[in-house]
Amino acid sequence: MSENVYIIGAGIHPFGRTDGRSGREQGVYAVREALKDAGLDWRDIECAYGGSAAAGNADIMVNELGLTSLPFTNVANGCATGGSALAASQQAIASGMYDLALAVGFDKHPRGAFNAKPADYGLPEWYGQTGMMLTTQFFALKIQRYMQLHGITRTALGRVAEKAFRNGTLAPHAWRRSPVDLETILNAPMINDPLTKYMFCSPAEGAVALILASEKKMKELGADGVKIRSIAVKTRPPNSFEVFQAGVSIEEGGKPTVLASQAAFEKAGVGPEDIGVAQLQDTESGAEIMHMAENGFCKDGEQEEWLANGWSEIGGRLPVNTDGGCLACGEPVGASGLRQVYENVEQLRGRAGERQVPGKPRFGYSHVYGAPGLSAVAILERE
Amino acid sequence: MGQKIDPNLWSDGAQPHLMGGKLPSGEIVFPMPVGDAAEGVEPYKLSRRGKLWSWTSQGFLPKEPYEGPGSGPGEGPPDFQPFLLGYVELPGEVIVESRIVDARLEDLHLGMDLEFCIVPFNTTHDTFAFRPVSQAESKAA
Repeated sequence: MSENVYIIGAGIHPFGRTDGRSGREQGVYAVREALKDAGLDWRDIECAYGGSAAAGNADIMVNELGLTSLPFTNVANGCATGGSALAASQQAIASGMYDLALAVGFDKHPRGAFNAKPADYGLPEWYGQTGMMLTTQFFALKIQRYMQLHGITRTALGRVAEKAFRNGTLAPHAWRRSPVDLETILNAPMINDPLTKYMFCSPAEGAVALILASEKKMKELGADGVKIRSIAVKTRPPNSFEVFQAGVSIEEGGKPTVLASQAAFEKAGVGPEDIGVAQLQDTESGAEIMHMAENGFCKDGEQEEWLANGWSEIGGRLPVNTDGGCLACGEPVGASGLRQVYENVEQLRGRAGERQVPGKPRFGYSHVYGAPGLSAVAILERE
Repeated sequence: MGQKIDPNLWSDGAQPHLMGGKLPSGEIVFPMPVGDAAEGVEPYKLSRRGKLWSWTSQGFLPKEPYEGPGSGPGEGPPDFQPFLLGYVELPGEVIVESRIVDARLEDLHLGMDLEFCIVPFNTTHDTFAFRPVSQAESKAA
């Protein structure tokens, strides 16, 4: 029987652009915030997992935090860096080996779309040379087909972005904190049809740190913990359609998000109807729409009605991306997945201020998706 | 005609074919695998005809390693030429990602008949694309 694991401290460095502060320094800031939140000292932390995609190794944070000789494992898992760090910390405690662990993710990306190297993804050079290796194209291609098959409109895409910017105005850690109206979103320059400028998130900067504890330790400290009911990380199954694929199977395959979602629900022993707040990967507007269905919260095509009726707004049937998600916060790859968990911790503790979901949600759900086709889901519970 | 962007990407001749691979299982893949992954995979000439599976436009200048117009020394976003791209389902084979040429964004629709072609890419190289069949046929006529 593995140990119950709780998140007892959560810290964030505001997302966006912070000139003069490195990604790792933002990570150190987030760790100190998380320690303060948990009422702990750095010396108390027994093991740590963390990383970034473009801002260096996490383990040398000990230079600033203190040379306590703790084991510090660097995680380099692309978009799942934060999710993998969280999973590793959870396992460290669930195994009974440790009572206090840190998961940290941070990043600092240059402006503009991500540029990936074909060789890093096992792809031929021509794929990059001819301008086909862009994550933004994949998202546009996936939602374009989805819209045709399931009757999703461009207005629905606009509503997702409008909600994100509205929620972002209520989140102190968000980057974009001004509302943008639907018409402006729909009429903005087209990046990759059907997605306009305001429907995409931007690479950004930021950091998140979470402190995990065993049940025994949490009680001993009298800490305010949120239980990790389940974590599932899944890579792509055969015949799936993912980012950076020059060729796709004609057989319709599975989806890593569906697999991760089902595994997380099964492990947690709850279903989509039990979730009170959800953070779903919204790299762009279409991703949030498709991920609502892939995570089991609605059927394909029902998102149109959801968005028209405001069911995914704060105060709606299932609030989605309550801090504005990636659209309002930007995407520092190493930190983004942990930001979703941070937001759920704040929501479940009832500390989300102006963006607090009413009715004391009991279960929080977070989902991250990234290249080359992997998803991580975490379900948290306020006991 | 410029140089091929990749010497093995399509077959030579009057009727060029995009080159895929046939796995021992019979599954057709694109592109043809290289290195150890190519073991047991037979080069396979893909169909020149397919149907549009999805599409989008590229409205901004991609960063490196893009080598098209706008990427050269002294060039920038004003030199970029927006283009269309999509996935084309080759019946019974595989769905390939490709540039779409000789079409307007508003004309594209699911299941549209498309045909393989070779197009100039930059000042030195050609690349492959698919174009609407009806237009290709009317041009040939």
